[in-house]
Amino acid sequence: MADVVVFCESDDKGIRSSSLPALTAGAALAKQLGGGVCAVVIGSGTGAAAADAAKYAARVLTYDDARLAAPLAETWAPQLADAVKRVGAGALLGTATSTGKDVLPRAAALLGAGMASDITAVVAANRFRRPAYAGNAIEEVEISGPVLVASVRQTAFPPATPGAAGAIEAVAVAAVDALGAELVGLHETKSTRPDLGEAKVVVSGGRGMRAGENFKILEELTDLLGGALGASRAACDAGMVPNDLQVGQTGKVVAPQLYIAVAISGAIQHLAGMKGSKVIVAINKDPEAPIFQVADYGLVDTWEKAVPALIAGIKKLKASG
Amino acid sequence: MKILVTCKRVPNPEHKLKLAGGQIDLSTASWQLNPFDEYAVETALRLTEKGKGGERSGEVVAVAIGPKEVAQQLRGVLAMGADRAILIGGDDAALDATAVARVLAALVAREKPDLVVLGKQTVDGDSNQVGQILAGLLGWPQATFLASIHLAADGKSATVTREVDAGVEEKRVRLPAVVTVDLRIIGKKAVRNEALASAETEWEETQRYASLKGIMAAKKKEIKDVALAELGVDATAAMKVKSYEAPPVRKAGARVASVDELVAKLHDEAKVI
Ligand SMILES: Cc1cc2nc3c(=O)[nH]c(=O)nc-3n(C[C@H](O)[C@H](O)[C@H](O)COP(=O)(O)OP(=O)(O)OC[C@H]3O[C@@H](n4cnc5c(N)ncnc54)[C@H](O)[C@@H]3O)c2cc1C
Repeated sequence: MADVVVFCESDDKGIRSSSLPALTAGAALAKQLGGGVCAVVIGSGTGAAAADAAKYAARVLTYDDARLAAPLAETWAPQLADAVKRVGAGALLGTATSTGKDVLPRAAALLGAGMASDITAVVAANRFRRPAYAGNAIEEVEISGPVLVASVRQTAFPPATPGAAGAIEAVAVAAVDALGAELVGLHETKSTRPDLGEAKVVVSGGRGMRAGENFKILEELTDLLGGALGASRAACDAGMVPNDLQVGQTGKVVAPQLYIAVAISGAIQHLAGMKGSKVIVAINKDPEAPIFQVADYGLVDTWEKAVPALIAGIKKLKASG
Repeated sequence: MKILVTCKRVPNPEHKLKLAGGQIDLSTASWQLNPFDEYAVETALRLTEKGKGGERSGEVVAVAIGPKEVAQQLRGVLAMGADRAILIGGDDAALDATAVARVLAALVAREKPDLVVLGKQTVDGDSNQVGQILAGLLGWPQATFLASIHLAADGKSATVTREVDAGVEEKRVRLPAVVTVDLRIIGKKAVRNEALASAETEWEETQRYASLKGIMAAKKKEIKDVALAELGVDATAAMKVKSYEAPPVRKAGARVASVDELVAKLHDEAKVI
């Protein structure tokens, strides 16, 4: 019988919604291990986050310390390792966000534990499924040892639902050593749209959009559908949109109800990030573009003609109720 | 400045995977250097150069773990400009990130580099762990998913930008450190050693290809074979792949002839708008 520690990322309002799928995966694994879920919150001023986490887990450990204000792997990984030891847990889980990807393997090193990245299913107490080869193979992996670590693919597990009334324990944080690392600053891309990983609709543009200003029309379509804007690597590299919009093997993984790929050819690295979408629409002027091989609905046309018409069509549909 | 850079071979990602009986058949794979590692090599070289094609100062040591055939990829890295290479014999397919990191940590203890540069992930395993585990084992600071790196003139620290979900993070790390690079590290001004290159220095926006001169020079450079046993580390994998299967196939759907048809289908058939 062993518990599962789930690393919950947070801001001053609560835990991040990106952590909710990890809590779901954590509960599934805890069932296999015959234990419970212990949520861990790290930072400075984590009161609201700990209270929020308590809605999802029977037990919450909070590492609240001014020296932990910046999300540094050097200082956060030791807290996660401490939590695992304190609880006597058999596993440490967290979502494969950029923070999770940075911190969890380091925590695994400190615990001497093996780790699986980006798991999409819990098969047994130490068995998981995960994509490899840009999503072209699904591995079933087994991790040996008393403790295991896994990062969870956000789109593969539903968000956990509140209902618990967990006990919150504040841990007295021991020595904090950043090892000479320091956070200089964060340049956030501000957006009022939903997060790419959680949006019901994603509209992505590719190199064929040619210029950043041409993305305005995709933004209009995105907002009309209440979705999030994405892009191919080529569009990001060309500076048309910020890099954090990149969808793919090395960008974000999305699985919305509706994914609209505009002027994107459909390279395997792009497909790796959106193949799990429920319905895929491709708009591309090249009838041979590989994106059509995964699209439920393909329209061979230029975006210049198709996108304004699509916006008009959806508006008409909405007006007719 | 002594830089250790990791080089893993991967099967050509553009080729279709041969999946059968729960296994991937790699016997006929065409191998190449992991693209992220190629960028790591480019990063390491830029950090030892005064500018494009300019003078160098420092040493770049490439390390691979794998069978003897991996010498071919290492030879390519030497032709790009790395000074020497180390090939640690082992079955690269049987190692997990933990095992690789343990082997690398042992090598770091021998080589004592100021900086270890790795690709952020390999495009076969897609794990994105080795750099972070290595840093954890060594007790060194880490900077992952780099979009840029500037080494301070005194060689004591590096200031980097990292690609994170919310945007771009700027971080400073004391050396020695472990860094992993993302693809934008090959930007024109993304890499600079302040002790060597001026602020105006610009690079080609691509990794370099081996020149004929580089290929000739590489023939004389050393690839040192090191046996895994020599390093005295436990390289058993904690994570083992039990089986592989093909992902669910997505069938190509229908072509629609017009936007009107598309809107109608999305509304009436798919019910997503
Ligand atoms: C290691 C590695 C990792 C990578 N990771 C990613 C990743 O995470 N995400 C990613 O996206 N890519 C990734 N890539 C890059 C990937 O291989 C492709 O280069 C990239 O996805 C291509 O982007 P694109 O489809 O926008 O551009 P292109 O392939 O150039 O396609 C542009 C498309 O636009 C169409 N088009 C042009 N004009 C119009 C028009 N007026 N109207 C309609 N259609 C038009 C063209 O027909 C073409 O199909 C990676 C590559 C490597 C090597």
